[in-house]
Amino acid sequence: MTIQTLVSLKKQLADKSISSTELTQESIKRAEASELNVFITVTADQAIEAAKTHDEATPSHSPLAGIPIAHKDLFCTKGVLTSCASKILENFISPYDATVVNKLNNAGTISIGKTNMDEFAMGSSNESSFYGPVSNPWDLERVPGGSSGGSAAAVAAGIVAFATGSDTGGSVRQPASYCNLTGVKPTYGRCSRYGMIAYASSLDQAGTFTHTAEDAAIALNAMSGFDEKDSTSLNVTTEDFSAQLNNSLAGLRIGVPEEFFGDGLNNEVGSLIEDAIKEYEKLGATIVKVSLKNSSLALPAYYIIAPAEASSNLSRFDGVRYGFRAQDYGDLDDMYTKTRSEGFGAEVQKRIMVGAYALSSGYYDAYYAKAQKLRRLITNDYLTAFETCDVILGPTTPEPAFKKGSTADPMSMYLNDIYTVTANLSGLPAASIPAGFTQAGLPVGMQLTTPHLQEAKLLNIAHQYQQTTDWHTKTPESYAVSEPAVTTGESS
Amino acid sequence: MSSQHALDKDTVLNIAKLARLELSETDIEKYQQDLSAILELAKKMQDCDTSDVAVMTHPMDAVLRLREDIVTETDHRENFQKIAPSTEKNLYLVPKVID
Repeated sequence: MTIQTLVSLKKQLADKSISSTELTQESIKRAEASELNVFITVTADQAIEAAKTHDEATPSHSPLAGIPIAHKDLFCTKGVLTSCASKILENFISPYDATVVNKLNNAGTISIGKTNMDEFAMGSSNESSFYGPVSNPWDLERVPGGSSGGSAAAVAAGIVAFATGSDTGGSVRQPASYCNLTGVKPTYGRCSRYGMIAYASSLDQAGTFTHTAEDAAIALNAMSGFDEKDSTSLNVTTEDFSAQLNNSLAGLRIGVPEEFFGDGLNNEVGSLIEDAIKEYEKLGATIVKVSLKNSSLALPAYYIIAPAEASSNLSRFDGVRYGFRAQDYGDLDDMYTKTRSEGFGAEVQKRIMVGAYALSSGYYDAYYAKAQKLRRLITNDYLTAFETCDVILGPTTPEPAFKKGSTADPMSMYLNDIYTVTANLSGLPAASIPAGFTQAGLPVGMQLTTPHLQEAKLLNIAHQYQQTTDWHTKTPESYAVSEPAVTTGESS
Repeated sequence: MSSQHALDKDTVLNIAKLARLELSETDIEKYQQDLSAILELAKKMQDCDTSDVAVMTHPMDAVLRLREDIVTETDHRENFQKIAPSTEKNLYLVPKVID
C-alpha cells in the first residue's frame, strides 16, 4: 500500500486521473466506515458541494486545491459544530472561521469534518473527550495519543492526507509519534490563534499531521502568516517552507541532549533513536553533545502555566452567550456553577482548579511567576545549545502508544509530555517524524527542534531523513480499506 | 502523598467556589488527591534559584501590539445571539441579579 500524500494527490488531480469530487467522496466514505471514532462531525454535503465547485472551476495553482482534509474540533468553522470535544460546547455552531481554517479554505482545501480530541485539548490519550475515546489504527486497543488524537488517526488510517492539530504541550507531536506520522508544531506566533479555542494562550500553536515533511511544508505554507486578529501573531516575512527541502545535510550539527536519554526512556525507543542518529551521520551530519540542564523543571512549570491560563480562558464558558446551559438553577451564581459543573469533564475541572489555586491570592508569585521564570531558564538552555548545534534530536515520547484505560494514575500520563513541553515553553519549532517500530509493531517517533523561525531548516532535516528511510511510508492494515477509488500515490 | 502539600477539604471547596464548580461529596476526596499530586510536582520548581531571573511572558519576548483606534468590526449581533441559550429584545437573559 502506497501512502497518499498531498503531493501525489495534487498530481492525480492535475492529470485528471481523479476528480476532487471522487476524492472527497472516497474520504467521506472512509470517514463514515471507520470504527476508530475519529470524527465528531462529518460535513459530507458541504464537502461534496465544495469539491464539485472545485471541479467546475478553472484549475488552481494551489498545491492544496481540491484536496480533502480534516480540522481538529477546536478550530472554529463557520456554520459547523465546534465542540472542542466538550459537553459545554455540544451545541456551539461557530458564527465565524478561525484564521487557519480561512487560510486553508482559500488554498482550496475541502474540509470533510471535525476530528475528535481530548476535551479542550487537555490530555495525552484522547480519552477525555465527551464523544468517547479514539482508537489507534495501529492497534485498536491502544490510544492514538492526544490531544489531537482524531486528527492523527484520520491521517494514519488513510481517511485524509492532512489534518490540522494544535500543540500546547505536545498535542501534535505525541500523537504523530504514536501513529507513525510527521507532526509539526511551528514557532509560537507563526499560525494565528484567532478562532482556535484557547487552552493555554502563551503555549498554544496550530500544527500539522501529514505522512511526509514535504507535505507538512505545503500545509504550513498555507496555514501560517501574520494576523492582525491575534495579538501574539508574529509579524515576520512570509517564507517558503519547502524552499530548503533538498539541501544537503553535510556539515549539519545535531545536538543530542543527555537529559532526553536517561531514566524512564523505553529501551526499544532509545535504541531506535540511536539508529536514527547513525542514519543522520551517514547523511553527513556530526553529533554534538548538548545539555538542557533545566529540562527536569519543564514539566512542573508546564503543569502550572497551562492550568493557570486555562482557568482564566475557560472562565468564558458560563452559559450566558453560547453553548450549554444547565436546566435547573436558582440565582446567577448558581447558573454559572451548575452550567460549568455539568458542562466540563473531570480532567478539565481538575486543571481549572489547579489554575485557580495557582493564581489565587498569595500564591501567584510562588506558582505562576515562578514557572514563568523557569520558562526563561529552559529557553536559555536551548539558546545556549544552539550556539554549538543546528538542531536538537531526541525521542518524542518515553514510550510507544499505551493501552486505553491504562492511565488511572494521572501523573503517569503527564510524563508523556516530558520531552515535548520544552518546545512549547520556549516557543521553538519542533517536529516528530517516524523513526521505526518496536518488536510489537508500534510506531516510534523522533523529535527534531530548531531555533525560532527555522521551520524550513527543520523540514529540510526531516525530509532528507525520509529520502533514505521508509518508516513514514508504513501504514496500518486498516489503511484505505475502501477500494479502489484512491490507491496510487506515486511519490512519498 | 506528601502531607506538606496535601490540600484539605476546605481548601478544595474554596478553589472550586473560585472556579464556579460544584463538587459532589464523592469527588472531593479524589480532587484532593489529584490536585495535591500536581502541586507536589510543582514543588520541584522551588529547588531552583530564580532570584535574578525575569519572568517570561512571550517565548520571543514580543510585546503586545497596539492598533489604530478605529472600528473594524461590523454588527454581528443577530448572528451571535442566534446561538445564545436565552435572549430577548437583543439582550442576553440571565437570572435576576438585583431585586
